[in-house]
Amino acid sequence: MKFFTAILLTALLSFAFGLFSVIPWWSCALCSLLVALSVHQKPSKAFLSGFLALFLLWGLMALIIDFKNEHILATKIAGVLPLGGSAYAVILVTAIVGGLVAGFAALTGSYLRKK
Amino acid sequence: MKIVPAIIAATLTTALIITLNTQLPVGGSKTPRLGYFLSPQKGFWKNAEPTDVSFDEDIKLHGLKAGAEVYFDDRLIPHVYAENDYDAYFIQGYLHAKFRLWQMEFETYVAAGRLSEIVGESRLNTDKYFRRLGMVYAAENSLKAAEANADTKNALDAYTAGVNSYINNLNENDIPLEYKLLDYKPEEWTNLKTALFLKFMSFDLSGQGDADLGMTNTKNFFGWDTYKKLFPTVADSLDPIIPKGTVFEKAGINVSFPKSIDSLYFNKTNDIIAAIPPIIPDKDNGSNNWAVAGSKTKSGKPILCNDPHLGLNLPSLWFEMQITTPTYSAYGVSFPGTPAIPIGFNDSCAWGETNAGRDVKDFYEIKFKDSTMQEYWFNNAWVKTQFRREVIKVKGKPDDVELLAMTVFGPVMYDKKFQSNNKDGKYYALRWTAHDASNELLTFYKLNRSKNYLDYVEAISTFECPGQNFVFACNNGDIAIRQQGKFPAKWKRQGDFVMPGTDSSYMWQGFIDIKENPQMTNPARGFVSSANQMSVDSTYPYYLGRNGNFPLYRGIEINKRLSVMNNITPADMEALQTDNYNVFAATAKPVLLKYIDETKLNDKEKKYLNIFKSWNLRADINEQGSTVFKIWWDSVYTEVYADEYSKAKLPMYWPEQSTLLEAVLKDSNYAFADNILTPNKVETLHDVVLTAFQKATKTFTNLEKDNKLEWGKYKDTRVNHLLKLPALSRLHLPIGGGENIINATKSEHGPSWRMVVQLTDKIEAYAVYPGGQSGNPGSKYYDTFIDTWAAGKYYTLLFLKKQEARHNNRIKWHITFING
Repeated sequence: MKFFTAILLTALLSFAFGLFSVIPWWSCALCSLLVALSVHQKPSKAFLSGFLALFLLWGLMALIIDFKNEHILATKIAGVLPLGGSAYAVILVTAIVGGLVAGFAALTGSYLRKK
Repeated sequence: MKIVPAIIAATLTTALIITLNTQLPVGGSKTPRLGYFLSPQKGFWKNAEPTDVSFDEDIKLHGLKAGAEVYFDDRLIPHVYAENDYDAYFIQGYLHAKFRLWQMEFETYVAAGRLSEIVGESRLNTDKYFRRLGMVYAAENSLKAAEANADTKNALDAYTAGVNSYINNLNENDIPLEYKLLDYKPEEWTNLKTALFLKFMSFDLSGQGDADLGMTNTKNFFGWDTYKKLFPTVADSLDPIIPKGTVFEKAGINVSFPKSIDSLYFNKTNDIIAAIPPIIPDKDNGSNNWAVAGSKTKSGKPILCNDPHLGLNLPSLWFEMQITTPTYSAYGVSFPGTPAIPIGFNDSCAWGETNAGRDVKDFYEIKFKDSTMQEYWFNNAWVKTQFRREVIKVKGKPDDVELLAMTVFGPVMYDKKFQSNNKDGKYYALRWTAHDASNELLTFYKLNRSKNYLDYVEAISTFECPGQNFVFACNNGDIAIRQQGKFPAKWKRQGDFVMPGTDSSYMWQGFIDIKENPQMTNPARGFVSSANQMSVDSTYPYYLGRNGNFPLYRGIEINKRLSVMNNITPADMEALQTDNYNVFAATAKPVLLKYIDETKLNDKEKKYLNIFKSWNLRADINEQGSTVFKIWWDSVYTEVYADEYSKAKLPMYWPEQSTLLEAVLKDSNYAFADNILTPNKVETLHDVVLTAFQKATKTFTNLEKDNKLEWGKYKDTRVNHLLKLPALSRLHLPIGGGENIINATKSEHGPSWRMVVQLTDKIEAYAVYPGGQSGNPGSKYYDTFIDTWAAGKYYTLLFLKKQEARHNNRIKWHITFING
């Protein structure tokens, strides 16, 4: 239960912070840290919930945007980065980057709380 | 709390965030800040526009006087209906920013020599070049002139306010993609930026003047007599804009040669000039335009056509739109970064431009007292130098300060501090008409409102640089063409080479009165045209500039075709604009076939020769003959001249292709055919043409192996993104044409806008440009028109009155702008 609560909270909080243009992209790390401090889990679980929260949040947002955009931009970015011109590769990388940042932040939070 | 793991985890997290928040160097460039760039709420995903996006909106803007209605048609062309001039330009600025903000700002960064600010040290040399060219100085001067005129001041202020209104209301998460890629932010727009943009056009369209340096080397290397043979002043086959035989009035200014011309100019050979500019505008920056009179058209009304040939880029240089106020209504293409409509039509007239190509950019060698450059020798006295401080900000590095020495001629562009290849220790100052205060914007402002021929003449009379051939047609039946600009009255060959700058004897002796500029109105032949060729023949009393500035062949073909056409329809004009017939090849083919000795060819070579023989002289995409011709001709050209240049160590120029063609047409013993590196043998044109073909065959074979012998594949036309990122560009476009062809589409350069306007009572207009209305690579409207353009097709333009716009079935979206 804690696991899902942490995922949901982290994702929601990160989404809300992200809406404001003055707050930098890495606010998701702060959100994830905050959730890990308040919803106590052991380090591996904390990491996983932080990771999944942002993996899902960023991944799903990217997926929806890409679908509405008919892959126009993601395909181009996949050529710039370079990711072989695959829009799905860009979505995956987006999700993983978000997931890693939040995962490590949550891990830190968990260790900070641990007795 | 577990101290050690907590510290390790915190460090890892921070390190990860810092890495993802830093631009990492990869190859020669830098990545975006990846965490930011990939963030779906901040980064590039925000620029992925839904394909079913709606542009409907009600927008409140502070600063509008009354308000405006904007209707967008299905191609995203805005039709702006404003209550007054101020609001019209305010909205134009707002819309340019809404759709093209990054591009318009980026282009002014280039013009102002500020790229290092965004991308770092790698662009410092280019920045120095533009600073030393005096671009900012020129823009400041022109801005003073534009702001001294109430109409252009009003237009500029309104436009700038409109751009800034968009920028100020822009959420930082929604800034254009390229800002996110390069990691910087939009800054405030100013009137000076518009002036800088216009100066960039002056640079782009009078840039061949920089060849003076390399040409001086060339003359010195060969000596004056040989040089004259390699670089004649006029081509035999010239068909000028103003037909041969036209009698010109007596010159208002009698230009006289300097007394020392033989010793100090033509025969001076001891200069060593190694300077070479880092950027040279494309030699074929030019265009076609023509107007046919009602006597030659099916409708009985004139038709005007224009296709400006420029670098092909995404986002496009052009933004198509209609601007309507209670006093006028104009439609055409605008420059994002500038108010008004430079090429287009209104309800009574149409206008368009091609480049005049006149030489308005000359270099003078300055003698300074010492290397501090504080004083220079001029008219028998030491004159104090003025200095202009140009501070170039460099990303991640200290500022670079250029002290620009200003002389009576202009800025000293090349000196010991400029890291060009200028190692000769000399000083070259630049005299360029673009530095003079002038108000080019006023011309477009007035053209947009022109009702008749006299309005057109008045509108263009103040246009100074870059000199243009303004074509005009009116629904009352008038057609006209005028070469307009501020042109120095030059003696023959003045400014072809660097000139002595120690006194006034080599300075320009005055400017030609605009009444003496080449012009033609309602000629008996029923059409006017220009295609960057020399505007007049050698009976004109002033020198126009080096022959090489004036491409010959498109003009010949256009005039030939127009003179036999009758009952012309807009569709005929579209066919002519997109025509791929190569008149240069048509002239050269018999020469090549005359000199090739087929008995000396092997089977493989014969196969390619047969492709050439059966070629229809058209540069269509599937023609292999076009490729064979191009490669063979280039090979002949190299074979003829490479030996002459083999010992040249400095940057130099080769003769024009037309010079070689005209020489071999009339002289079967062309002296340069002999290879001077083989002293025991005298090569003839027969030898040269054969050797060239045999060498070219290797290339033919390789191309055929790669399946690239067909012209379209060989030429490989693309439209590059301004940052040259292939993923944001459109590559491998199936389109024919090329150099010397009316459809002047080369690999990265060509017709940037094709327009055909028939001046019937209800104006009929057709046009296309290789781009799309949106500058956002994430938008469906980014490159919408490219395939249509490549296919040689046109869109029917919607030129609507306000009450029609509301109900037209091609209108898709509507924005209401109100003051608030």
